[in-house]
Parts: sequence; C-alpha cells; structure tokens
Amino acid sequence: MYAYDEIDRTLVNERVSEFRDQVKRRLSGELTEDEFKILRLQNGVYLQLHAYMFRVAIPYGTLATNQLRALAHVARKYDRGYGHFTTRQNIQFNWIKLAELPDALADLAKVGIHAMQTSGNNMRNVTSDQWAGVAPGEIEDPRIWSELIRQHTTLHPEFSFLPRKFKIAITASDHDRAAIKIHDIGLRLIKNEKGETGFGVLVGGGLGRTPFIAKTIKHFVHGRDILSYIEAILRVYNQYGRRDNIYKARIKILVHELGTEKFSREVEEEWQHIRNSLLQIDDEVIEDIRSRFTYPAYEKLPHMPDELRQAAADRDFEAWRKNSVAPHKVQGYSIVTISLKPTGGPPGDATAEQMDALADLADKYSFGEIRVGHEQNLALPHVAKRDLPALWKSLDKLGLATPNVNLITDIIACPGLDYCSLANARSIPIAQELTRRFANHELANLIGRLHINISGCINACGHHHVGHIGILGVEKNGEEVYQITIGGRADESAALGNLIGPGVKFDEVADVVEDIVEAYLALRERPEELFIETVKRLGVEPFKERVYATR
Amino acid sequence: MPLVNGGKIVDDSFVKLAVDTPLPEGGDILVPAERFVSDADALLKRAGKVGVIWPNNRDIDELVPYLGKVAAVALVFPTFRDGRAYSQARLLRERYNYRGELRATGQILRDQFVFMLRAGFDSFEVKKQADAEAFMQTAKRYSVFYQPTGDGRVTALHRRMQLRHSEGVGT
Amino acid sequence: MTSPLEQKKIKIAGPSVVTANRTWDGIVVYRTAAKGWSADLSEAAIVRNSDDAKALLAESVADDVGAIGPYIAPVQVGEDGKIEPGNLREQIRRTGVTIGQPVQV
Ligand code: HEM
Ligand code: SF4
Repeated sequence: MYAYDEIDRTLVNERVSEFRDQVKRRLSGELTEDEFKILRLQNGVYLQLHAYMFRVAIPYGTLATNQLRALAHVARKYDRGYGHFTTRQNIQFNWIKLAELPDALADLAKVGIHAMQTSGNNMRNVTSDQWAGVAPGEIEDPRIWSELIRQHTTLHPEFSFLPRKFKIAITASDHDRAAIKIHDIGLRLIKNEKGETGFGVLVGGGLGRTPFIAKTIKHFVHGRDILSYIEAILRVYNQYGRRDNIYKARIKILVHELGTEKFSREVEEEWQHIRNSLLQIDDEVIEDIRSRFTYPAYEKLPHMPDELRQAAADRDFEAWRKNSVAPHKVQGYSIVTISLKPTGGPPGDATAEQMDALADLADKYSFGEIRVGHEQNLALPHVAKRDLPALWKSLDKLGLATPNVNLITDIIACPGLDYCSLANARSIPIAQELTRRFANHELANLIGRLHINISGCINACGHHHVGHIGILGVEKNGEEVYQITIGGRADESAALGNLIGPGVKFDEVADVVEDIVEAYLALRERPEELFIETVKRLGVEPFKERVYATR
Repeated sequence: MPLVNGGKIVDDSFVKLAVDTPLPEGGDILVPAERFVSDADALLKRAGKVGVIWPNNRDIDELVPYLGKVAAVALVFPTFRDGRAYSQARLLRERYNYRGELRATGQILRDQFVFMLRAGFDSFEVKKQADAEAFMQTAKRYSVFYQPTGDGRVTALHRRMQLRHSEGVGT
Repeated sequence: MTSPLEQKKIKIAGPSVVTANRTWDGIVVYRTAAKGWSADLSEAAIVRNSDDAKALLAESVADDVGAIGPYIAPVQVGEDGKIEPGNLREQIRRTGVTIGQPVQV
C-alpha cells in the first residue's frame, strides 16, 4: 500500500480548494458551462442522464480499509448508498450534486483519495494488475512504477489538454491482468540480461469506434528512462494528434496514420533530446517510492491447514474456493476475488454497507488491504488459507460469495442507457438476464471460462470488442438492437471479436447467447477446450449457423 | 483584454498587425508568423520592438533562427482545450533557451495560469478582467509540483530527496 | 437512441419539449412556459413546430446558470393533455433506471 506523504496530501488539498473555487464560480455564473466542463471533467465529474456522475480514482487498484470506508461514506452521504466499480480501477457515483462535490472531495482527500484526471483529455488513472505485489512469478511489483508515473502525469503542465484522453496500464506478470494491449500506452515490466528493470513499450491500443491492439514501439526502455520516454510519446501526440475530429483524436489513430515505424522514429528523436534531463530517475528516487509501499508481515503458515481440509467437504465452499481463490506468492496465503456479479444484480455495483463490511473483513483477514480489478470485481490480496472458510461464510452473508469468477455470469457491462447520456441501448438489464439464465452453478462450471462483455454504444466502455462474447447495443429505428461478436480476448493474446451476423432485439439477446453456448458445448473437442479456443479452431461459421438457423 | 505581465496588469506596448495592416512608423508590433517569416529582415530593422504571433500548428523550428532577435513570442490557444502551445512554450524555453517575453494569447482563463507559468509563459492576454485581477492569487494556488520543467520549481521527487538527506544528516 | 447530444439540425416531427439537467444538483428538468425549469414534465412548455422549438431551445441555452445541456426531446400528448416522454431514453430520464437499484430510495 502506498502511503501519501505530506507532499502528496498538500497537492490533493490544493486541488480540492481550487475545484471548490471553480464550482463556486460556476454556480454564480462567472464560469459558463462551456468553460467549466473541462474543469469538472478534470475532477471526474460527468453529466449523465439523471444527474452528475462522479468518478474517483483507485490508483493501481489498491485500497486501504479506511479508504474503502470513505468511499462508503461518500455513497451514503452524497449519493444513493451505492457505487459502481469500473473497468479502469475507478469507482463511480451516479447521483452526486455539483454543489456538494467539493465537500465529497474534501472528505476523500482526508484518506488520500482523489478524482483528479479521472475524465477529460488528459492522463487518466494509471492502472495495473490487481494482483500486483502478491502474484506468484511476478517480476517486480509494478505499482512502484505506476505510482511514479501517476505522480509525473498528475497536473502535468504540458499534457493536461491533450487531443483526447490518455490511458496507461502496467503489468509485470506473464498473464496480463491489466489489459495493456488496449491502452494508449501499455507497459510490460521486464528485466534485461543485466537484471535491470525496464519496460517493453506498446502504444496505440484502444477500443471505441476504431479498435486497435497496441503495437510494440520499443522492446526495452530502462526504468530510469521511463518518464522521459513517456514524455516523448506525449509530446509527439500533443503536437500531432488530431484535434479536428474527436473520433480520430486518440493516439491509436496517430500511430495508425503515421505507421508504427514513423511514429516510433518521431518518439525516438524527441526522446534523445530529453532522456538525459531531470527526467532521468535515479535508484534513490525509486527506492523512496518503494519504501512507501508497505507489505504485510506474513506468518509462516502451512500450505494446507486443517481448516481448509475440513471445509473441503462442504460443496458450496469448494465451489467458491475453486473459482475465487488464487495462489499467492507466499506459502499459506491466497488471493481471494470477490465477485460483484450476483445473480440478477448490476455488474460492479456495491452498496455502502457491503463496502463497510468488506473493509472490516479486510482488516480481519487481509492486512487491511483491498484490490480493484478491471473485471469489475474486488479482491482481498493477503488471506491466510486457514481463514478461507470463515471469510467465505462472512462474504456469503453479505451477498459477496457468488462463485462465478471468470465464468459466464462474471459479466463486464457498462452503465448503458440506464445511466449514460451517450448510450444507444441498455447494457445492465442484458447482463442481469444473462446471470439469471446461467444462474445454475453446475452449468456455468461445465461451460468453463467465458467472458461476456457488454457496451451500450460504440464507445466500448464494456470492452465488447475483447469479450469472448461481445455484445454491443446500437439503435435501429428507435429500438434497441444488439450486435454480437465472438472470439475477442483482452489478455496477453489480445484479439478483437468477429461479428456473427445481424443484430438482435433486446428480448432475444439472452436466447442468442444460450444458442452460442449450446453450440460450443456440442462442438468442443474435450471439456477442457475453452470457448475461446473452440472459436479459434472453428471460426464464426458454426456459431452463426446455429444462431440464425431458426431466426 | 487585460494583459498580465510580471504578475501585474500592465499596458500592452505591442500593437497586433494583421497580415496586411500597413507597417506603422514606430512602436512595438506583434506580427503574424507568415508575415514575419517572409519579411523578417526588414521588420527587425525598424525602430520599436518586434514580436511574432506563432500559431500552434506551425513548427517551432522555423522560428528558432530568429529567437535572439524578437522581443516577444505570442503563442495561441484557439480554445483552452487545445494544449499544443504548452509544448511549443516548453520547447522555446527549455530546448532553445528563448529568454524574451513569452505571451499566451487566445482563450486564457485563470484556471490555466499555473500550467502556463510552469510551461514558461510570463505574459498573458486574459479574457476576463476578474481573472486578470486574480492572477497573483491563482498563481500561488499550488505549492507542490510533480514534474521538472524549465521554470525551475523544485519537484516533489526532489524535495523528498532533500528531506531524506537532511534526515539522514540529523540521525 | 441516438444521443440527442449530437443533435445538429433542429427539425421536429411532433410535440416536443426542451429538457436539461439542473446545474446545481444535476436533476432532470424541463423548460417551462414561464421561462423557468421544472422537474415535472407536466409543467413543460410544449412546442409543435421547428421555429418554436428553436426559440425555446435558444432561450434555454441562454439560461446556462439554471440548467445545462438543453436539447429538444419528443413527447406524446394524450387526449387528456397528459404529457408522456416520446422515447425510451426520455422515459428512463423521467422515471429512473429500469433496473433495480442496489439500494431502494
Ligand atoms: C457512465 C458514463 C460514461 C461515459 C460518458 C463514458 C464515455 C466514454 C467514451 C466517450 C469513451 C470512448 C473514448 C474514445 O475512444 O475516445 C469511453 C471509453 C472507455 N470507457 Fe467509458 N464512459 C462512461 C462510463 C464508463 C464505465 C462505467 C466504465 C467501466 C465499466 C468505462 C470504461 C471505459 C473504458 C475502459 C474505455 C476505454 C475504451 C478505449 O480506451 O478505447 N466507462 N468511455
Ligand atoms: S459504452 Fe457507451 S453507453 Fe456504455 S458507458 Fe460508454 S459511452 Fe455510455
């Protein structure tokens, strides 16, 4: 966990007081909405269908329990008692009043939480692997670097008015849980032959209207040079990124239009000018940041405690354990994923009571730490295995032990037409219906790993392009229609899905997904062949036939 | 439109010329880039200071040969959402060591002052009188800066190192 | 629903209102004939031709301190004069999300 020092705290407080002044000027009419819009966006405030929406950053997905309680407090005091965890390690509140926002921000600032740059055309929250620091086989804790980059990109005097938003993600594991290939910059932490830390740098990924998988522009940038290298990328983008058309303004379009090679040459040239500047970071600076991340004092515990052995007889516990508990780098501990996808519930929502209760559980069982991942679930990163049965019982009481992590009902969905002013169609009710259709755990388990992603419009906040099954809401003659793709994936083998055919109506979506799943169950070569592998082997055709034969 | 320079509201000694305004006899002038570039020698010979208005989509390299001779460079923010001139400003100050007046023009609100100061601007054509009057107060709004830029303010990383070392000495 | 935020040319096909979100708290409001805003659709000013719609929108845009993001939205007016939203989006804006909220209010 990163502990803010006086310097970080001062900055956040200064930001809050600036925003308080801006809100005051807005409400008095001194600032027009046109002028204010970008200022509020830079502080995480959108306008939605019903109200303002407030997006708060959870840098690299790490939360302390007092921070989670502060989020619960904001949900309760300023909103309607719940929050929505997004795919980019943020939480959103849907019913905030502008006049109260400065107070909400001030309450959050007390525990070192901010909403700076969670929207707007600037550097967004730098995300990372939600298992950072605890995943076995990780090269190094990527959050040290996320934090370094977070600081560097916060209120950046040159890059706060970019052509478009800019997202960076970092992973340090072979299995990419941070979806770096769909980010503007994806950083893969690696070691060179001398054992020095550096990064493979990917640029130009993104979804939206024109999805692109990021391309590697440099195989190794030394850690000490990472800030100057990022600065070079941003400088090229700030000057040459398109500003004439918002749909062509992301860096992915610049990279595409210039070509990866020319783009990387531009960056390289700029970088040579600035790499030996104050941006070069010495080891001491890294050490200082590292020293402010604290790690638990783990106990020496057995690999297989009695408590776990005994609980294994309980089928419900086992079902949950098999799917929610992952190996930890320290023997005797586990990483526990907490599903925010209950049957019939909106994906990613948590109530203030759940947040508070979870904070208590984290204090009791996870050294006071909670993680937020891009799948809209939470995690407790340091749970002693002997505590798993007790933790499970407590989670179950809170409605937080749905054993569906990575299964078909672990759906990623954007807010869609129920909340979002840009939406063409609803997303959440589709997700809810699907979780009811596949509520039977045996069935879901039989199907195995299958990611469904739903977006309510082409902006792709629900990452539908990279869902194993992707569902995109569009509008046709005033009606909600859904286009369905299969074969996408967001991990290290990231790929975009392919359309299976014409769009289907709201009421038909769940049936179509059932058809696709039935086709898969009939077509897979063996039970271990995952949906995504079957699609890869056979292509779209057999699924298309199955779905449209009767329609 | 009030001009803020050196932290105060001041009279603007420069007159802005369009591409085709006849050249005044004396006095300080700000000339659009294309006119300046096509006629630099003549312009620079006349009495009175000469500054140039440089659009944000024109390569700054082209201006570099004249930097020792112009008295002011005015960069342009067509809207405050368009941040290209921040990069131009930093390049002028930090890479090309330009030391003359660096003026921000266009849609300039108080909410950009800190960014602009950090990028190297020292003069501001402010859209609203109230913002111009609030300049000093707004400019002091922040005391913590995470990035090193040409303005030389101590960054957070640096300050931490200083703190670390002074603690080290004490113990 | 194509987002009305992308509304470019103003041409209405039937009875319409101007709707927006109130600046200080963000709630959904409708422009009234008395040149104010109301949270109650039944108090909205109804326009029936493009010129009136344009005028109502222009007046609403000018009241930037009162409400933000005004646009023209279709409504249905029943025989009893009752006003109902003209599409799903506006229905949702009026009656709230179509899903159960985690916390009932
Ligand atoms: C509710 C209000 C929201 C609005 C108005 C909104 C708007 C947008 C827009 C316009 C884009 C496309 C940007 C572009 O390609 O230039 C986008 C992308 C994205 N949104 Fe949202 N979004 C919202 C909520 C969410 C939520 C709740 C999530 C997570 C569950 C989310 C996650 C994302 C992600 C991951 C992208 C990235 C796709 C990419 O980078 O290409 N957004 N959003
Ligand atoms: S994908 Fe579209 S509908 Fe969904 S949240 Fe993003 S902008 Fe809104």
